[in-house]
Amino acid sequence: MAKKTSRPGRTLLIFFISVAVLYGLAALGGTFKPQLGLDLSGGTQLTLVATSKDVTPDKLKEAASIIENRVNGSGVVEAQVTTQGNRNIVVEIPGKNRQDLVDSVKRTAQLRFRLVATSGGNPVIASGVPATTTPSPTATPTGNATGTATPTPTGTPTSSTTPKTSEKTATPNPRPAPDYVFGAHKKPTSKATKKPTASTTPTATPTGASTGLPTTGTPTTAATPSTTAGASVNDPLAWASNPGDLWLGKFAQYVCPSKGSTSPIPDSATEPLITCDSDGNKYLLSKPVIEGTSLKSASYGIPQSSTAWAVNLTLKGSARGTFATISRALFSNGGRFAIVLDGQVLSSPGFDGVISDGTAQITGSFTESSAKSLSNSLKFGALPIRFDPDVRVEVIGATLAGDQLSAGIAAGIIGMLIVMLYCLLYYRGLGFVVISSLVVAGAVTYATVLVLAKAAGFTLTLPGIAGLIVAVGITADSFIVYFERIRDEMRFGKSMRVAVEAGWVRARNTCLAADGVSLLAAVVLYIFAIGVVRGFAFALGISTIIDIVVFFWFTKPTVTLLAKRKYFNEGGRWSGLSPETLGIDGRPAVQGLAGEAV
Amino acid sequence: MGKFSRLGNDLYEGRVSVNFVGRKWLWYAISGVIVIAAASGLLTRGLNLGIEFKGGVEYTVSLPHSQATQANVNKIRDAAAGTGIKQAASPTVVTAPKAIMATLEVMSPKDANIVAAAISKSVGVPISNISTSEVGASWGKDVADRAIDALIIFLVLVMLFIWAYFREWKMAIAALVALAHDLVITVGVYALSGFEVTPATVTGILTILGFSLYDTVVVFDKIRENTKNQSSSRRTYGELANLAVNQTLVRSVNTSIVALLPVASLLYVGVFQLGSGPLKDLALALFVGMAAGTYSSIFIATPLLAQLKSREQAITEQDRRAKARQRRDADRYASVPSFSEDLPISESPEGPAGELSEGDTVARTPFVAPSTRPSATGSGRVVPEAKAPIEQSGSAHRPQPTRQPRSKRGK
Repeated sequence: MAKKTSRPGRTLLIFFISVAVLYGLAALGGTFKPQLGLDLSGGTQLTLVATSKDVTPDKLKEAASIIENRVNGSGVVEAQVTTQGNRNIVVEIPGKNRQDLVDSVKRTAQLRFRLVATSGGNPVIASGVPATTTPSPTATPTGNATGTATPTPTGTPTSSTTPKTSEKTATPNPRPAPDYVFGAHKKPTSKATKKPTASTTPTATPTGASTGLPTTGTPTTAATPSTTAGASVNDPLAWASNPGDLWLGKFAQYVCPSKGSTSPIPDSATEPLITCDSDGNKYLLSKPVIEGTSLKSASYGIPQSSTAWAVNLTLKGSARGTFATISRALFSNGGRFAIVLDGQVLSSPGFDGVISDGTAQITGSFTESSAKSLSNSLKFGALPIRFDPDVRVEVIGATLAGDQLSAGIAAGIIGMLIVMLYCLLYYRGLGFVVISSLVVAGAVTYATVLVLAKAAGFTLTLPGIAGLIVAVGITADSFIVYFERIRDEMRFGKSMRVAVEAGWVRARNTCLAADGVSLLAAVVLYIFAIGVVRGFAFALGISTIIDIVVFFWFTKPTVTLLAKRKYFNEGGRWSGLSPETLGIDGRPAVQGLAGEAV
Repeated sequence: MGKFSRLGNDLYEGRVSVNFVGRKWLWYAISGVIVIAAASGLLTRGLNLGIEFKGGVEYTVSLPHSQATQANVNKIRDAAAGTGIKQAASPTVVTAPKAIMATLEVMSPKDANIVAAAISKSVGVPISNISTSEVGASWGKDVADRAIDALIIFLVLVMLFIWAYFREWKMAIAALVALAHDLVITVGVYALSGFEVTPATVTGILTILGFSLYDTVVVFDKIRENTKNQSSSRRTYGELANLAVNQTLVRSVNTSIVALLPVASLLYVGVFQLGSGPLKDLALALFVGMAAGTYSSIFIATPLLAQLKSREQAITEQDRRAKARQRRDADRYASVPSFSEDLPISESPEGPAGELSEGDTVARTPFVAPSTRPSATGSGRVVPEAKAPIEQSGSAHRPQPTRQPRSKRGK
């Protein structure tokens, strides 16, 4: 112990150097203003809760980065997307009210590719509406398992042929002609196994052909009541051309939900689906053939040889083979393919060629925005987990934010001042130790907040400020424990120099127990905290640790130094340790328990 | 303040003592009344759950202080109802110092925007000054589930902590009872005052679990320290516990004041400057909980612990011995019989201290010849019977009978 206590000056010096280094680190961050949370600076905050059973931190992170892409991809502000706990994703959009972005984030769906068995206009919607699917620019699906693969990568040519189109319209197929058409991607593919017909037109323009495709008005609702049972649901290709009476009956009865309805359509991975697109056309779809997670990339643009917008998509893994099989089958029978996002049909292109390498292009009557939004939906759609449709939205106006900030600062100043005043009144000379310790703790906390803002993205929220203020009490409590111990020791007749050391040994353990409890509380709260309250737990945690640091390396050495001063050691009148304050003046000895037990 | 620290010294030495342990039924009764009031408030009035738990939309319209009037409240209410949206038909509108808050039922974001626009128009506040908070209906269940999860995990951790710290289940029970007491009172205050319960409130309540426990830990620590050498003390367990409470009283009061002062400033600012929001919710829970925590560690946990401990055989015997000692010390010669003619010859009145008990101050039993000690056979000697509790001795490394100094033995 002697070694430890003999150099309080050096401990203090090291402590101050550490604080200086901390401030140096904060200075590297470039700013001396803490990063304020949305509730103090104004903005919009969205919280999504995952509802899937199999939520892992990795999946949550992946989903967060997809959402981040989606929000920032919509060409706005620097939105921050963070994961919180093990179920939540928080999107923070600083600045003014961005309710429009809310929709973009809220569209949290699952992207699946299905086959169209039959489709038709919705009786609810006026029949003049063309069946163009114009997906909203904010579509955002979540995919889950990858679809079952039929790996038959064949080297069929990927270029399209125009005669097929006329053939397609001629086919007595009950399904209406698609408004959008799948073609091979314009990029020259690396496959060398192409048939000579394809190689003559390697960069064939399948899109040029399909753009000319007439967009016939209302699609005709038709049914093929020839079969009663229909093909097996588990064979989507066969089923799509022969769904059977059961499903056709269901389809006929189905009425699209009215616009703006928020109830999602349950989208099962193993069942056929009857649903609508955003224009109210209803579809009878096979069970999913490809899951959204098999999508590698998606983009949009105008192909070189074309004037119309197109959406390019690339599949990965075994889905390429599946897609090739599907494209061949649908190309031959004129069937259509549906991109289903959260139970809603985004797009239902047909095929004008067989696509064997998983690189396809959707063309049709796209505008730039509709192409962009479809590509965004495809690109950012494949969220690995499903989220609760109830998204928590909080918009903090600038005025309220300012009020809250000033209120937080006011509470902090008032709290700190009255604690200081109380300690000064009660502990007199030692009160200055409390005040300087509190000031030092405040300085360290501020620097830590600055450094954490840079290093860990910590933002100061209103509950965070509350946590720091509450911690003032905890910090001051450590000093009280220590000073009371010193007083107890001095009552036994020890000199201050001795009492400071004897009291320290006892106070240290009590203090560590106290800080242990509050740290425990902070950690549990942090893990389970709900929403913005998390900042409270974090602030409480860091200030508890800072309390220990300041207590061990600032308060203790300071008191040891003071104990060497004659004024304190001899119990000066205002030192807070005078015999009169201790209540031991005029009495020779102590009788209490100590005298008896020792 | 000098007076106060003098009082602290007197309390420490036991010259001034508040009988916390002895008057336990009074404290139990007071706490019982408070707890029953809190519980009945909880049952009859229920908690005023915030939108985070129920789901709904809350608008905070920031206004200058002078405009947060009843007239504007009515305007906002009419505006919301006037939108024709079903869920906005009966909004709850209240004023805060610098804002008016309207709470509506769960609605779609589009509807929420329409209502916001209507409110903005009615009081002439730009829409950027209206803060909204939309919470879906299913959200609240999730929040509540998490709160309950946190509570359970926290309680388990707390129990582990208590077990690790005290290694004694009676202390753990007393601490947990105190904890439950604080919890019920805090929740009851919310029910009775009608303050909104939000996630911030739940956080506050979970935080006070820690504080309350810590207060109890400090008092129990002192009790343990005091009672470690009870065998050589003249005090009963209850008295020692009471002394411990009195000794830590100044510290408890001081730390509570110091902890409550910042929380009070938070509460003041939260209620009078903001009127709503996490500050108020957090601060009220913390304030009530911390105050209750200090109270319960002194008035509930300690008496309960003393009561539980006094049932233990070892403690009962120690207490009996301590009482006997006290009596003997009070009048050292009380047990010496005054001489009379027919005085039977009895054992020495200065029997071993441990053998004395309340009933047999003067043993008027017929004379029985003291049994002689069995003589030693072979080598060695016969160890005499211990006259006082045997303790581990530091120097001899084996149990040694304690021997009080002559002055203490009263010879």
